[in-house]
Amino acid sequence: MWLITIISQWAIPSLLFFIPLLAFLRGIKVYETFVSGASEGFSTAIKIIPFLVGMLVAVSVFRASGAMELLVKLFDPLMGMIRAPVEILPLAIMRPLSGGGALGIAAELIGTHGPDSFIGMLASTMQGSTDTTFYVLTVYFGSVGIHRYRYALALGLMADISGLLASIFIVNLLFS
Amino acid sequence: MVNIIWLFLLLSGIVVAAFNGKIEVVTSAALEAAQNSVAISIELIGLMALWLGLLKMAEEAGMVRMLARLLRPAMSYLFPGIPKGHPAMGAIIMNLSANILGLGNAATPLGLKAMQELQKLNPHPEEATSDMCTFLGLNTACITLIPATIIGIRAAADSADPTGVVGPTIFATTCSTLVAILADRYFRKIYRG
Repeated sequence: MWLITIISQWAIPSLLFFIPLLAFLRGIKVYETFVSGASEGFSTAIKIIPFLVGMLVAVSVFRASGAMELLVKLFDPLMGMIRAPVEILPLAIMRPLSGGGALGIAAELIGTHGPDSFIGMLASTMQGSTDTTFYVLTVYFGSVGIHRYRYALALGLMADISGLLASIFIVNLLFS
Repeated sequence: MVNIIWLFLLLSGIVVAAFNGKIEVVTSAALEAAQNSVAISIELIGLMALWLGLLKMAEEAGMVRMLARLLRPAMSYLFPGIPKGHPAMGAIIMNLSANILGLGNAATPLGLKAMQELQKLNPHPEEATSDMCTFLGLNTACITLIPATIIGIRAAADSADPTGVVGPTIFATTCSTLVAILADRYFRKIYRG
């Protein structure tokens, strides 16, 4: 398991080392290229504000009212079986449906429980681990006019569920 | 579906608050959350700029192409319906490579190109081919090297170790990719013809 920790620690330094070096060796003006890419950072960060506002408001109201406690009481035995806290349930349901929506829920969980808490680590891993299957299928099949998806949805959802279960497994192993 | 979940969270929260006799928390929670979202996004700008600058260099240096060369041998096994040298294969490999590197903006046009090419090989234009299902399964399960946005959110929340999720994310996405490949093999047998 030390390998996973090593990867986490070395990932950013090695990318910061090798990408500019490789780009330089390929004859690219590294600094100018970096700056032109970085200029998109502002619009990318601003674009997620509406998603965050929508989801943070809904989840905050849900939590502050005591409705989250009811949900926890209701589903605790079930979620306990897969060693996951119930608080993660809204994120798991939202994840395949909407990337921005799931990001909002994950940000709320990270803010409320702390980024390095068990729930914070689990929410972070889950958010990074699967994609918005429904959205991808709609856009990609829609672009070529396909109406019958055959087994594509089943396959995508199986991948999502295994990604979520693998997140729960690895975070339990490393951080509990 | 997203609409229903969002509505459920919001409305059930307000109903429970009223029932618990603390309706005033709804207002404060909603206002605080709305302000908080902007604060998170502002703190995210710096990290997104750093990351997108780095990705731009990776893109221009031809890293997508390099990764594509590594993936190519596995692909004819995964997509038996694509003839050798067909442009569909190139587009699929480039899309998956861009996805692994986290180049979301570059990945989508490549993916749509791949779908167009796959559609040319499709005898029933209204129905997905097995190769299309395989492609979208791999696309949504895809191994992720650096979950940049969530690292930014963690840093904005003052994490002691924002990149601590990189290893777990690589582990989880490797698992889901393996499951997608195995399940695809199984589905191809059932859905033959």
